[in-house]
Amino acid sequence: MHQHPFRGLFVVAAVLLVLPFVLPNSFYVDLAIRMGINAVIVLGLNLLIGFAGQISLGHAGFIGIGAYASAALPTHFGWHPLLAVAAGAVAAGALAAVLARPIFRLKGHYLAMATLGLGIIINIMVRNEAAWTGGPDGMAVPPMAFGSLEISGDKPWYWIVALLLCVSIWASINLIDSPFGRALRALHGSEVASKVVGVQVVRYKVAIFVLSAVFASFMGSITALYVGFVTPNLADFFHSIELVTMVVIGGMGSIYGSVLGAVLLTALPQALATFEGWETVVFGAILMLSMIFLPKGLVPTLAARFGKGD
Amino acid sequence: MALLDVQDLSIHFGGVKAVQNVSFSIDAGIVYAVIGPNGAGKTTLFNLITGIYTPTSGSILLDGQSIAGKSPDVLAQRGVARTFQNLQICMNMSAIENVMVGAHLRLDRNLLKAALRWPSIKTRDRDLHAEAEELMRFVGLDAYTGARADAMSYGALKRLEIARALAMKPRLLFLDEPAAGLNPKETIEVDHLIRKVADTGVTVVLVEHDMKMVMNLSDRILVLDYGRKLAEGTGAEVRRNPDVIAAYLGAHA
Repeated sequence: MHQHPFRGLFVVAAVLLVLPFVLPNSFYVDLAIRMGINAVIVLGLNLLIGFAGQISLGHAGFIGIGAYASAALPTHFGWHPLLAVAAGAVAAGALAAVLARPIFRLKGHYLAMATLGLGIIINIMVRNEAAWTGGPDGMAVPPMAFGSLEISGDKPWYWIVALLLCVSIWASINLIDSPFGRALRALHGSEVASKVVGVQVVRYKVAIFVLSAVFASFMGSITALYVGFVTPNLADFFHSIELVTMVVIGGMGSIYGSVLGAVLLTALPQALATFEGWETVVFGAILMLSMIFLPKGLVPTLAARFGKGD
Repeated sequence: MALLDVQDLSIHFGGVKAVQNVSFSIDAGIVYAVIGPNGAGKTTLFNLITGIYTPTSGSILLDGQSIAGKSPDVLAQRGVARTFQNLQICMNMSAIENVMVGAHLRLDRNLLKAALRWPSIKTRDRDLHAEAEELMRFVGLDAYTGARADAMSYGALKRLEIARALAMKPRLLFLDEPAAGLNPKETIEVDHLIRKVADTGVTVVLVEHDMKMVMNLSDRILVLDYGRKLAEGTGAEVRRNPDVIAAYLGAHA
């Protein structure tokens, strides 16, 4: 966040502009969309984990809320998808706000357990309320449409996600580099010092938890609308862990680390498909090695090595 | 009326009576010292007054209004600032950001406006940056305005905490062992700095073991021992007090 905080954003935007014209086929466009979706979610999660220093092992639950709001509300009640997306985001934000106060009385392992439980409960509800959600089989998502104009296919969604990613990076940089963001980082650095200068610590933790939950829900909706189908896997524990791993590998407290972590870990399972059956083992080994040799994550480590700020 | 008035203040941790029926008052504009052997309850007293702990009993009045049991952020709004015996610096931030966070309550903390890069917020932050640089120069950290907090020496970090506290524009500043761990030269510098701070009109309360510094700076001194008030008065009065000599200064005399 130094002289040119937006230099990286220009690079990301340039890559996003060129990408659809160089990608060989729709398989790669699809991969790029999923990278972009994950990147936005991870940005929100990194605000919570990397900047504010609070863990959440249940964020896929919020993704599930957004995804299923986009699927169930138009299907069962005939809501317009746009309204359903907003309803999902409001519901996720409200749930996060209500639960955050008791949750953030906890610290460390206890906070991890509480958020883990939250994610699991949402996942169980999605699996069990089959009449509304299709249960374990999932359900189809009515497409986003305005009159006769229907948003479908790779290209429109690519540009929507690309735009959302750029806006999210911009907003995250702004947020971190503001009095709000400074207070957030301060309560991470020293909770007691931040209290003493007047930071209402719990309120800040709640605010950032709600914000990251809304990010997750919104992108859950985007995922559902893009794919056209939702399954409970979107909201399960492994997805939560995957997101946290993206934060850690990319770099806690690094905006561009969030993006890089999401890009790499979304691509890695595809790249490892050649290992046939051993890919999870190789995946695990790569994660372990990167934690041993790059404990601060990719972007902060590289930034330190080349003497630049991120 | 005294700026700070403490009456019969006590806190018990289980069976441990860390502070017992301590009463004193501090007039505005003075330098007030709290001394006593290790474990006498000095830092606990600071933690009670600055809202880290809630007293078991007793009253704390700031400008005649009760502040006992109020949270630290409420006290910050009332103009109470402090530093810590064991440094509380945000090592994940730059030095100047540590100072800037001290001005937290004077800023627009709106999340949405921040995310949208609202011009008034950016302008205010630029002014604050200049103000923080000024404060760093005031505490003698001219060389560190561009430094990372985790690259600074212990002595420099002690001053950084003072700069952060001053960024709050406090009326009442608590310094918990500002000279602990400093070499004699640094101690003299901090001594001068505290004098400079007091001259700006801030009421300073300090806990300190360096007797030369305490005697040199303080208008009044409170002596604690085993959580109780042993004596209170000017330096000369305290030094003559037989209880104090027996319990504390006796070791040095």
